[in-house]
Parts: sequence; C-alpha cells; structure tokens
Amino acid sequence: MSEQPKGRSITRRTFMTRAGKAGLAVLGTAGLGLGLYDAKGPAGPDSAALTGQVSLPDFSLPELAGKMAIIKGKDRTKSLEAGFKALGGIEAFIKPGDRVLLKVNAVIASPPILSATTHPELVSALIRLCQKARAAQVIVTDNPIQDPATCFNLSGIAKACEEAGARLMLPRPSGFAPYSLAAGRLIKNWPIFYEPFKGINKVIGLAQAKDHHRSGASLTMKNWYGLLGGQRSIFHQDIHGIITELALMIKPTLVILDGVSSMIKNGPTGGSLSDLKATETLILSTDQVAADALGAELLEKTPAQVPFISMAARAGVGTADYHSLRPIQAAAG
Amino acid sequence: MPIISVRRISQAFFLLLFLWFCYVSMLGEGWWQLRGWPVNWFLELDPLVALVVVLGTGTLYAGLAWALLTAGLTLILGRFFCGWVCPFGTIHHFVGWLGLRRKSAEQRVAANQYHPGQAVKYYVLLFFLAVAAGDLGGRLARGLAAGPNWAWGITLAAALLLAGLTLKEIAGASRKMLWAMLLAFLLWLGLGHLLAGGGAFTSSLLSGLLDPLPLLQRSVNLLFWPLGDPTGRGPSLPARLYLGDWLIAAIFAVAVGLNLLRPRFFCRFICPLGALFGLLSRFAVWRMGKDVEPCRQCRLCDTRCQGACAPSAEHRPSECLLCANCRQACPDEVISFDPASSAAGETTSPDLTRRGLLWSILGGTLAVPVLRVSGLAREQTWPVRPPGALAEPEFLARCTNCGQCMRICPTGVIQPAGLEAGLESLWTPVLNFKLSKGGCLVNCVACGHLCPTAALRPLSLSERQGKGDFSSTGPVRLGTAFLDRGRCLPWAMDRPCIVCQEMCPVSPKAIFTRTEYRTLRHGALTVAQAEKDDLVLRGAAFSPGELATGDYFVSRQGFQDRRAIIKNGKDRLSLAPGDGWPRPLGPDQPVEIQVRLLLPFVDPAACVGCGACEHACPLKLKSAIRVSGENQSRSRTSFLLKTAGKK
Repeated sequence: MSEQPKGRSITRRTFMTRAGKAGLAVLGTAGLGLGLYDAKGPAGPDSAALTGQVSLPDFSLPELAGKMAIIKGKDRTKSLEAGFKALGGIEAFIKPGDRVLLKVNAVIASPPILSATTHPELVSALIRLCQKARAAQVIVTDNPIQDPATCFNLSGIAKACEEAGARLMLPRPSGFAPYSLAAGRLIKNWPIFYEPFKGINKVIGLAQAKDHHRSGASLTMKNWYGLLGGQRSIFHQDIHGIITELALMIKPTLVILDGVSSMIKNGPTGGSLSDLKATETLILSTDQVAADALGAELLEKTPAQVPFISMAARAGVGTADYHSLRPIQAAAG
Repeated sequence: MPIISVRRISQAFFLLLFLWFCYVSMLGEGWWQLRGWPVNWFLELDPLVALVVVLGTGTLYAGLAWALLTAGLTLILGRFFCGWVCPFGTIHHFVGWLGLRRKSAEQRVAANQYHPGQAVKYYVLLFFLAVAAGDLGGRLARGLAAGPNWAWGITLAAALLLAGLTLKEIAGASRKMLWAMLLAFLLWLGLGHLLAGGGAFTSSLLSGLLDPLPLLQRSVNLLFWPLGDPTGRGPSLPARLYLGDWLIAAIFAVAVGLNLLRPRFFCRFICPLGALFGLLSRFAVWRMGKDVEPCRQCRLCDTRCQGACAPSAEHRPSECLLCANCRQACPDEVISFDPASSAAGETTSPDLTRRGLLWSILGGTLAVPVLRVSGLAREQTWPVRPPGALAEPEFLARCTNCGQCMRICPTGVIQPAGLEAGLESLWTPVLNFKLSKGGCLVNCVACGHLCPTAALRPLSLSERQGKGDFSSTGPVRLGTAFLDRGRCLPWAMDRPCIVCQEMCPVSPKAIFTRTEYRTLRHGALTVAQAEKDDLVLRGAAFSPGELATGDYFVSRQGFQDRRAIIKNGKDRLSLAPGDGWPRPLGPDQPVEIQVRLLLPFVDPAACVGCGACEHACPLKLKSAIRVSGENQSRSRTSFLLKTAGKK
C-alpha cells in the first residue's frame, strides 16, 4: 500500500512544444499542398509542342536568280565544271569563307552503279570545287530511310567525303528540331534535320533523276524530303503538297540534277541496270521548278504525271517553263 | 614478377580484348570497325560450343577448330582458361574479391570451402551434351546403313574411346557397368535407326543459355554496348533496341550477384564449360599441390582459393582454376605447380552419383522431344530468320544464342526471340521489321559471315540475290509480304500512300499497284453553276485546298472521263485547263468527286521477304503489310507457289 498507482501526466511545457511543432507541421503541409495545387490537370499534348522552333534563312543569291545550265555528257566531273563555267564560275556561288551544305540523296543502301542515290563522283567533284573557291567548310548530309551509315557507305558518298575532305553528318536524335512553314499546311511544328544547317550560309541540293511511282518523279524538290524527321511517311497521302512545301521551305543557293544516268522505271529504288537510261544530262539551276521540269522530260513524264511541278510553280517557287530562263546549253567530255 | 600479377595482366588483357571484339563488330570502314578483327575468337576457343556442334551435326565448323587448342592445353595444364582467360570468369573473380574484402580469415576459409553442390555443373554439362547428342545415334546408325567408310570408323572409334574414358573416370565405372553401357549404346543406335526421320530424337543446342562465352557475348552485344547508344556516344546510330533485354540483364545480374554468396559461384556450381574443363583436366600433366604434408595448416591458401579446390587438404584438380593464389599466399612456400600429385592426396573424380548421372543424361535425351512437342506448333516452325538460316531443325542444332548476328546487323532487324516458340528458340535470331532501320538489306550478307557455328550459312551476295551462278535458283526468300487491306490507307481509307511500293528494293518491284478512282464519302454532288474550268457544287463543304493535292478529280456521273482539280474552296472547284468536257456542264448535272488511288498488290513470285515495306508502312504499331514465313527458301514445308520447289 506504500505506492500510489501513477496516472498519466504531462508538463505544460512539453505539451506546448509538441502542440507548436504539430501546428507548424500542419501549416507546412497545407502550404506545400496549396503551393503545388493544380485544379486543371495537365494540358493536352499540343501545348508544349511549339517550343524550340527553328527557322531557315534564305540561302539563294538574288543576283543569280533564274540561272540554268544544261550540260550534255557522260563525265559527271567535266559536266559539273562546264556547268559552273557557263554560270559564271563556282566563285559566283561560293565566296571564300563560306560554309556550304550539300544535301545529297542517300535514301537507301544501294551501290552507285544503280543510280538510286547521288553519285559519289558528283559529290567529290563538287566538294573539290567548293574548296577551290576557298569554302571554310563543306558538310554533306541526308536522313535516309535505311540505316544511315550503311547507306552512305554503300553509295560511296562516305568515301567521297573522306577523300575530298568534307564532313559527313549522320542524323542523330538530337539533330532534329521543330519547324513550321509559314505558308504551309503540312510542315507545321514538324521535326526537321536541323543540325547540318547550323552555321551554314550556302546550300546546294544534289539530286539524282529518278522515277517515283507515287509522285511521278524524284528530282531536286523531292530531294529535300530527306530533311524531314518524325513519322514522315504520312505525307505520302499528299505527296505533291509536301514536295511543294519542301521547295518553299528550302531556298537553296543552287540545285544540281544528275540525269547522266536516269532511273526511268521501278523507282525510286531501282535495283537493276535495266531500270536506267543514259540520258547524259547534268542540270545546274537556281530555279528548282525549272530543273524539275526538264528532269521530268528526261524521265519521259508528261506534266499531268508530275502535278507537283505546276503546284510549286503556282506557289511561286519558280517557273515550269524552263525555256523562258534561256538556259545555257553546252556539251562536256 | 609474382605469378599472380602475370595472371591478373592476362585476365585484364583477355577481358578488354573480349569487350573490344564486341565493340568492333559493326560494319564500316573505320579501323575500329569490322575489318578482319577476329571477333568470334572467344566463342571459337570455347570447346563446349565446338563439342555441342560436333555432337549435333557431326562436323567441326571452320573457326571452331580453335577449340582444339583450348582443349589440348587443358588436357596438359588443367583449367588455365577459367583462371587466366575466361572474361566472364574474370568478372566473377573481381566481384567475388569485392565481396570478401572485409571478411575475416575464418569467413573466407568458409566461403572457399569445397561444397558438394559443385557437382551440379557436371550434371548441367551432361544434360546439355545429351540434348545435343539427340540425333547422334540416328546419325551413326545411318552411317552404318550407308556403308561405313574410314572417316566414319575413325570417328566412331575415337568417340567410343573418349566416352569410355570419361565415363570410367568420372563415374568410376566397373567393368560390368562398362558392358552395360555398351549394351545401352547399341540399344540407342538401334532406336536411333528405327526412329530416324520421326523427329522425336533429334539434336538441339541449349548450352548457349549457360555457356559463359555465349552468355557474356550476348550480354555485352545486346545489353551493355547498346546502353550507351541513346547518349549519342554509343557505337550504334540510331540507337539499338533489343526485345526482352530485361531477361538477359536479369540473368547476368543474378550470375554476377551470386559471387556475393560465394566467390565464383557461377564457375563453381553452374558453369557447364568449367565442368567440361574439369573433365578434360583429369590427365593434366601438371597440377597444383603441396610439397610436404603435414604443413602448418595455417589455411592462408584457403582464404584466397578461387576454385574451392581444397588446396590445404586433399586437392581436387578438377575444381582448380590455376589462379595460383594458394602458391602466393603460402608463407612456407610448400605449394607448387608440379607433375606429382599433392602430398596431401588428390580427389581426381568429381563427386557424381550414378543416379544423378543417369537422370541428367536421360533428362537431356528426353528434353528435346518434350520441347519440340511444346514449342514448335505449326505456325512457329518457320519463323522469319536472317538470310542463310538453315532449315529449322538444323538451325536449332547449331545456334548458340551468342548475338553476334544481331550485333553486326546494320539495320538492327535481327532480334532475339522470346519464349513464344519455346526454350529452344530463346534468344535465337528472328527478324523484326518494325524495330529495324529499313528491313533486311537485300545487298547485305554480314550475319552469315559472322555466325560462329554456321547456324546462319555464309552466303555470297550472288547467292542471296540469285544472280550469276545462282540465277537458276533465284534469290534467298525470307518469307512473303502480305497486305492487310483492312489497315491499308488506300485500300481501306481512301488515302493515297504506297510507301511500301516505293521502298520495295527488288527489281522489278514485288509490290505493284492498280489504279482505282473512288468516289469520296461525300463526293456525289450536283452542279449549281458551271463555267469553262470552274464549278460550284450544291451543298458541298470541302475545306479549302483539300482537293488541290493532285490526287482528286471530277467525273460526270455515268461517264468515264474525268478532270483534275487544281484548286478548291468550300463548294468551288477549279479544274486543270486544257482537257475540257465535250459540252459545258449544265446546272443539276450529277458529278462525283473522286480520289485516284494506287492500290498496292504483292507479287509472291518476286517478293523476297526483306520487310522493307513492313518497316516503311506509316502504320507504326502494326503495319498494313507484314512479312510472315510463307515461301521461305530454307523450309520446303513453307512453300507457297508451285514453282518454289525448283531450288
């Protein structure tokens, strides 16, 4: 009976401290909840899509507008040299210190002899001419459908770049950026292969003349397709529209169409020598539409078979009546 | 220099060499890319790969002859490969060392104590060998029936000699038992002869699942190097993806993690290659051992023993990895590498029970029929495999799942199979066109030239494409593309597309088109007002420009001719000038707005099954054109066309 049972007890001090801490914790939690509160939930997928948009400058030279040369011959190097000679020399296009981008067509892994890709000899000759004009840098690029390294290797373009001393730029995921064409319906907030354009002030398109079942022909304007990233095959639903928009997107310094050996059927991949025809023509033009109009003739296509040519002409890219440009005709080799 | 320093240099050298060979296995012209680097060398040095291929096929394919070097050196020296060369062993060695770093001497001695479970790896080995030897009896019987020749005789005699020696040594078989085995062998021959062609007792290759070199090769090829790809600094651009990599990662992680339980757990308990080396080391001329007995029994040697081969007691040469740690650790220098057996005695045979032996061999022999029954349902007998793949049964008897073909493939179209076709198919190469960068390139034969066991035959380009000497046999067909008209944009949804036709790399193209003008859903309308090249339509609601893409036309109802639309507003159309109607259209004239569709078709006689179409199809989740195994060259039962059998 000596010990009293002990009841629960607490000092006022302990209670106040504890209550104070609990109150602060409640306030803190409430504050955190209030600060992070989001009544609406995340916005739809389009809300953040327009960040990091890039733009492309005009690479054309006003004084050279509407210039065109048509060179007949089997030797691509000689034809290219003759073409530039006819248009006032490479120096008219490339100034010392220029940074030049060559957009080739390396769409699939195919050897040069099958003419499904830009011929390495043409690439090599153009790189050397640019260097002769003292270009500070020459970059060669494309975003092929098949494995890029294999496409560039098998087409011989990789070797041409290495030997001539140009930089070959392969597409990698970080190299793409969203772009919107102001007048466009299709190229809106669409990833394009932008990395090669950084620091560039001259752009030359090097296209191979090819049959193309869906659009009628793959020529200089279709060649820009390789700059598109993302799920680009959906644009085949409106092939003429996308080619027209691509021609509006890129204002090149020059386009070169290789019709020395044209793929006149089974395009655009070919695969057999019997798909080719020795049309022996190389076209240099500052007007993409004019170059393609003549290219379509090389492929024996009627204007109705290649609607993108008249669509691009109507959109103001150039003229489908290439004779009106009074092209300089010459023969080489 | 102490011997263990030499060993460490050797281990580091071979591990780095191994990683380097995995890295350089890519096509290209740089010196760091595949230009004669012997990237298969480690797989070829692996005598287990060679042995299972020999058991399954009766031939020692090309580079696999390197295995003779390893086997020969092991016969003389013991398991030097495990301790000095094996890159997987080196990884285990290092992680095991990490695990024991802070442990006391007693704990280390306990961790490195011989464990009876170390016999398990021999059962694993025997199981795999029995799996690989499924068809051996049938083949020997067929050879006998065809009239034996001297090569057959030598092979049989050598095989019997080796089998007898092995069984006598490892199982300590008595003379009576040997007679029983000979009887069993003859019975097996007879059964093989009777059941040959039935497909029940047939060879398969499962050892690749646990054989350390294919296991590591696969892990590095399909997991470690590709992990670097998304950074843009990895070896492959675009980044490689491999289906089911998580399982490869899990197995690698478990194999390495087990070192924390016991050092070199995988090597001691599981590794079938280590077991094979253990058997081969039976007659080794030199072995580790003690010079005098008793020594002081300080057991310092046991604290660092890699193989758990009991260097301080009765030594087990079949477990010894020749790491030489014991020799280095011994303060009295009583341990040496010498022809004489250890002064403390030797246990030369692994602890195998006859019952265990019987069960592992029986299990292996019965495993193949069980796997075939469960795995190879009809639609899985012709998976779409890389070009040069042998017919499915021969393929499964050779593929070690090393992943070399997947690593070298420039488009990444070769993917490791999952478990859908059974355990035998796990990690074997199948083609996945959606994941690839352009399908299987018709001008590429890289995979067959890299395959160490010729499960993928090395094709020449002319054989692959059916040109030159092979023009009469035609190209190698991997399968056939089939259109899914319900998913195809032009077929099902009135949208022009034909990306598949564009990408078809065959000349002439295997995909061709037929043109169809189809009236749009809301395209049957009447004219409200008409001028020469302009129309206003009653009640039309087109969005501006929608019909001006070059693919849309106006047709008068009941007439065949049509005019192209070049411009449109909500209800106004401008038509291409030039080809006017014979008579101007009057009001209320019924017209149809049509889209010109090129509808794709596949010509099965031209299709080689490369899958460029399936890859290119804009339907990203499930293409509207897909390749399946029908009509593939390697399987006559898959043939689709009456002309396919001419090959």
